[in-house]
Amino acid sequence: MKFAVLVFPGSNCDIDCYKAVEDTVGEPVDYVWHTATDLSPYDCILVPGGFSYGDYLRCGAISRFAPVMKEVAKAAAEGKYILGICNGFQILTEAGLLPGALRRNLSMKFRCHDTVLKVVNSETPFTKDYAAGEEIVIPIAHGEGNYYCDNETLARLQANNQIVFTYKDNPNGSVTDIAGICNEQGNVLGMMPHPERAVDALLGTDDGKRMFTSILNAWRDRHGAASVR
Amino acid sequence: MIKATVYVTIKQSVLDPQGVAVQGALHSMGFGEVDSVRIGKYMELNLDTTDRESAEKRVIEMCEKLLANTVIEDYRYELEG
Repeated sequence: MKFAVLVFPGSNCDIDCYKAVEDTVGEPVDYVWHTATDLSPYDCILVPGGFSYGDYLRCGAISRFAPVMKEVAKAAAEGKYILGICNGFQILTEAGLLPGALRRNLSMKFRCHDTVLKVVNSETPFTKDYAAGEEIVIPIAHGEGNYYCDNETLARLQANNQIVFTYKDNPNGSVTDIAGICNEQGNVLGMMPHPERAVDALLGTDDGKRMFTSILNAWRDRHGAASVR
Repeated sequence: MIKATVYVTIKQSVLDPQGVAVQGALHSMGFGEVDSVRIGKYMELNLDTTDRESAEKRVIEMCEKLLANTVIEDYRYELEG
């Protein structure tokens, strides 16, 4: 299985994502520059956190038009796994690959600390190694992670089981404590917390590890190969 | 040359934390009459055209595509020249 980590001007969690893949599943992983026009060799695309294009205008608004995003949309339509973390989540909503938008935190503060997440949907390719309802500890670091969608969209998210993670103590004001959502098909996930910063107990928590093993196991299931633990 | 002025604001139905913070500051300074504050973006675009009709169409397209996120923001614009 081959991973891509997209790199925009201003991405700053790209190395963490790369290392997380190396350390958790040890599969091949490449950095892919935002001007790239071919993602066909990759099975999973990680859209990392950071401040792409300086977060000018709105977080993710400019990155959404980077050449590589056309390929991300194509990969999403093909059913490949796309994981957007923090700024990556903002980019995926701006690109229309996920519904809703991220607003300024209700507290007006940049929040940077561990959070307790509830795994609401453990059926996605990103969460199959977690138990439904399980509580995990994953850090956040964002100023604009306040998830918003209108009531109609929220009802749709709930009906289709697209809410994947919720916060135990909502740190940013997100609608119904949402920390992460997926698209209807379940192959595109966006989340504000950083699983790539939680892959070793030395970092305070290794609860993020199973996101990466989930992805590999989901891919192996689909391709008839043996699972890993 | 046509000058387009674009204003982008958070929708009325969406809470604007910046506006709430500024309202709180105004209240604590004694400006208790401030009922609400909405904070937005102001953009000046100089367009290299004299065709007002097409300029307007293009500005709307710019707003819809990039300048505003219509999920949470409203926009309005003025054209001069």
